[in-house]
Order: sequence, then C-alpha cells, then structure tokens
Amino acid sequence: MTMRPQSVRVRAALLALGRCHLASWRALVTSLRGLAAGGALTLLPVGLGLPLLPPAARLLRRGADRERALLARWTGRAPAAPEPLPAGVVALLGAPGFRRELAWSWLAPWSSCLLVAVPPALVGYGLAGALVQPFLWQLLGPGNWYAFVPVDSAVGALAAALLGLGFAAAGLWLAPPVLARYAAWTTRLLDGPAQARLERRIDQLTDSRAEVLDVQAAELRRIERDLHDGAQARLVALGLTLDRAEQLLDADPATARRLLGEVRATSERALQELRDLVHGVLPPVLADRGLADAVRSLALDSFLDVEVTADLPGRLPAPVEGAAYFAVAELLANAGKHSGGRRVDVELRCADGRLRAVVRDDGRGGADPDRGSGLTGVRRRLAALDGTLALDSPPGGPTTATLEIPCASSSPKTSSSSATASPAP
Amino acid sequence: MRVVLAEDLFLLRDGLARTLTDHGFEVAAAVDNGPGLLRALRESAPDVAVVDIRLPPTYTDEGLQAALTVRRERPGLPVLVLSQYVEQLYAQELLADGRGAVGYLLKDRVTRTAQFVDAVRTVAAGGTVMDPQVIARLMARSTARGTTADLSARELDVLRLMAGGRSNAAIMAELHIGESAVAKHTAAIFAKLRIDHTPDSNRRVLAVLAYLRR
Repeated sequence: MTMRPQSVRVRAALLALGRCHLASWRALVTSLRGLAAGGALTLLPVGLGLPLLPPAARLLRRGADRERALLARWTGRAPAAPEPLPAGVVALLGAPGFRRELAWSWLAPWSSCLLVAVPPALVGYGLAGALVQPFLWQLLGPGNWYAFVPVDSAVGALAAALLGLGFAAAGLWLAPPVLARYAAWTTRLLDGPAQARLERRIDQLTDSRAEVLDVQAAELRRIERDLHDGAQARLVALGLTLDRAEQLLDADPATARRLLGEVRATSERALQELRDLVHGVLPPVLADRGLADAVRSLALDSFLDVEVTADLPGRLPAPVEGAAYFAVAELLANAGKHSGGRRVDVELRCADGRLRAVVRDDGRGGADPDRGSGLTGVRRRLAALDGTLALDSPPGGPTTATLEIPCASSSPKTSSSSATASPAP
Repeated sequence: MRVVLAEDLFLLRDGLARTLTDHGFEVAAAVDNGPGLLRALRESAPDVAVVDIRLPPTYTDEGLQAALTVRRERPGLPVLVLSQYVEQLYAQELLADGRGAVGYLLKDRVTRTAQFVDAVRTVAAGGTVMDPQVIARLMARSTARGTTADLSARELDVLRLMAGGRSNAAIMAELHIGESAVAKHTAAIFAKLRIDHTPDSNRRVLAVLAYLRR
C-alpha cells in the first residue's frame, strides 16, 4: 500500500477529532439552553414561567437548528425539520418538537461526557504524558504519577511518554466511530419517532398539494381570461369588420380596402397574443430541446451577459424542467432589473438525483428573499416538487440564488412523460 | 426554381404549394414529416427548401434539425425556416456556418404573399432574411447594452433592413436615399463591426451574425 490511503485516513481521523471537540463544547452550551428551558418550566406553577418559556424555547430551537445543520454537514443527512414552534405556552408544552429538543438538551451532558468528549480527552491527556512528563518529573520529585505509572525516574518518564503516545493514538483511532455514533444518536433524538415524522411529512404534502391545486386553478383562470378577452374577442371583431368590408365592396371600395387592412392587423395581433399565451404555458424551446437549451435561449434574450454551463443527463421530467426554467427566468429578470450588475453565470447540474441551478450575478446584492411576489411564486412552484430556493445576497453583492429540485431522470415512473422515452414494448 | 416544402398541416402545406406555384416555382416535393424531409432534400436536390421547424414524428425541432443536417452535406443549400415562434437560439444555429442563404420567418408572414415570395427568392439567391421580430429583439437588446453606440441611427436602419433580407435597391427605396449612400453606410457598418472582406463568406450574413452574438 502507498502512503496515500494512510494519510487520507489520518486526515479523516483528525477532522473527526476536531468535530468531536466542537461537539463536546457545543454540548455545554446546549445543556445551558436546556437549563434555561427547564428553569422556565419549573417557574410555571408560580406564573413567572409564563413569559419566560417562549423565549427559552426559541433559544433552544436555535441551538437545535444549528445542530441539525452541523449533522447534515458531517453525515450528509439532516434530522427532519420540526414543525414551527407554536405561540401559546399550553400549545408549546404539547408540541412534540419542543419536547424532543428539551430531551436532547438534557441528554447533551451525557452524550458529551460519555461519548464525544472521550477522544479529545484521550488525545489531550496522551499528549501531556508524551510531551510534558519527560521534562517535568525531575521538578516534581517522588509521588508524581502519570495514569498508573509512577514517574520519578528516567525509565518511568520513558514509560509515561510511550503510554501517552498510546493514549493519543487511541483517541485519534476512536474519533471517527465515536463521532458517527454521536451523530446517529443525536439524529435519532432530534428526529423523533418515525410515526411523528411521517405525520409531519403528510402535513407538508397535504399543504403543498393544496397549493399546487390553487396554483393550477389560478393558471387555468388566467389562460381562460387571456383567451376570452384577447384572441377570441379579436376574432369576433375580425368577423364583424369583414362583414362590413363585404357590404362596402361595391359601393365604397376605398373604405373596404381600409377595413381589410384593419382585418389583417387584427389577425396579426390575435396571433401574437396566442403566441405569448403559448409561450407562457410552455416555452417552445423548452418543449423542443429541454432545460439547457431553453435557458441558453433565455440568456440570448437577456440584456445582461449571461454565461450558461450545463451538465444534464438528457431530458428531465417535464414538471422539473418547467419549474426550473421559470425559476431561472424569474431570477434572470430580477438580476436584470435590480442587481445593477452586468454579468450573470448560470450553472445547471444534475447529481445525486437532484437538479441544482445556481444563478450568480455581479451586482450590488442586498436582495430580500421575502420581498417581491416573483420569488414567492417561484418558491411555491418549487415547493410542489419538494424543491428549495436559497438566496444569498449580502449588501455589496454578489447575489447567488441556488435552487434544488429532486429529480430521478432515469426512473421508469417519470420517463414516460418525457419526449425521448422509448415506446412500450 | 425547384422547392422542397415541409409542413405538417395539410391546409397550410396546400396553400404554400399553391402560392409558390402561382409565383413560378416548381414544388419538387411537399412532405409532412422529418424523415420525409430529409429524404426529399437529398433526392430531389432543390434550389431552396421551405421548412416548418416543428414536424412529426417528434413534434419538436425535427424540421430545423433535418435542414441543418442537409446543409452540412450540401453547404449553402438555401433554407427558409417558418415557425409559429421566433427564437434567437434557432436563428443563431441557422446562421452559424456563416454561409448565408438562410431565412427564419414567423408563419404569419406567409399571409403577405408578395413579401413571403420575395423572402424565398432572396434566400434562394444566397441572401439572409430574418423576421422583423428577431431583429427588433436584437436591436432592443443591443441598445440596452449600449453596443449600438458605435453605429449611427442611419446605419442602424440600414443594418435592420439588411438583416431582414432587403437588397440594396430595396433599402434605397425604403429609406429614400441614393445608391452611393447605401454603399457608404454598408461599408461603415462592416468597418465598425470589424467584418473583413473574404471571398468565401457573405459579409451581410456576418454582419447579422455579429449582431446576434453581441
């Protein structure tokens, strides 16, 4: 074996050690938050807890959210997000999310002392034995012990150094499995029972389904109104004008000719309206070529310099393509209108069953994700597909918007809806 | 002049064939799908092809793809593309080989028979015809980006008409200027867009391309 896998292992162990260290310190803060919440609870009978409990619960939630983010970074899987904290004290006491986080904070000292603090402690103690004892024993004289070794001679010092190295190595060796254990345990604590998780998921799905139906109904209404007030009305007007022109054909050819010119203009406008309507429903390039070329076509229409890089495996499921396209279109329009920048980079990538689109401009930043109906619309559209939109826009820029949508482009369930699917045997 | 026609709607195909025949074209083949178009273009060696972008069996950009494929085999084969919509991306792909003899028009334009037949003739003669919508969007875009700063208002007018496939004579008539003025403006446009004269390329096409790429 070469040195490489070994050095990778050592680096991974050091990283795990650092994380263990961080986790054990965090456990201290967590248990303080837990104590605050516990104190508020015990003060409830005398009434003092009433105003104290909600802020304490919020404090606890912030810590738990931070922990979830860390676990996601460390293990790639975040504990399920809890339902938002309810407002009233009584509702708070019944909220499973709050109770779970309380239990987690009270167990934190144990998980810290018995589990995650062990590897850093071993390494620290080991290093003290290996690096300090050999120089210290002559100063301290008899009665100086390191672990179970009396260190009052050169032989003892040597033994202590070796033992210390052993402790440090053991700590390093233990760090990755201990961290994994800790992550699994904490994830289970924060996740709660499977039943509750499923219930929460069902609630989310019910909400997003209701929203999808709303959006769909609104879209149908818009299309109906556009057709009714636009193309349909123009076609009626066209018939009327044609009728008048027909009557005037012999008596007043000049006016008849003018009317025919109007007919032509009206029919062109009706066609243009139909075209815009079709484009709003499903942009032709998206239908023909899929997401990458549709976004390239958006880029060509933009007033900014838009650079598109795409790494996509052929066609994606139609709903995913549509949602991503309209989201990118909205983000590009925002960049053009508000950012003050000149250049936008759009990156489309599909990995681990997720489509990820990043839109980054070189503008002044400071975009507020909660303002503007456009972004809200994008969020709702993405939420229907379990997608997310993250906006990072510090004042002074740059603004980076990242959207992610789960997509299984090769799954048989969805491939039948794409144009490139092969026919059934 | 021999034309190959591809359009999947029977009524429109019939109408187009009639219009072209009335104006002295010979319709060598009129097909309604992509593979048929590919075959007709290879076998009947037409002088010009009039092609709908969206054709069966895929109902995507089959017509455009067939036209581009045959143009790779027979460089410079004149192709006029008709579509319900105009997309810069497709315009760019048509113009990409820099040889000209391409056109891209909205389907509505066929209702103005004289202009449509003119466009077919221009493309067949090696010219370039872009739909006014494509040109309007290009102009709006380059104005917003400040890239037309170098061109005078008159030169912009000339470029717009040039991209629309008008001949020098037509430009003279439309702008009410003389032949020497058109030549002067054209030379100025080429110079400002840095388009050099080479025997193998169509400078008018390159001027339009330069605009599309900005």
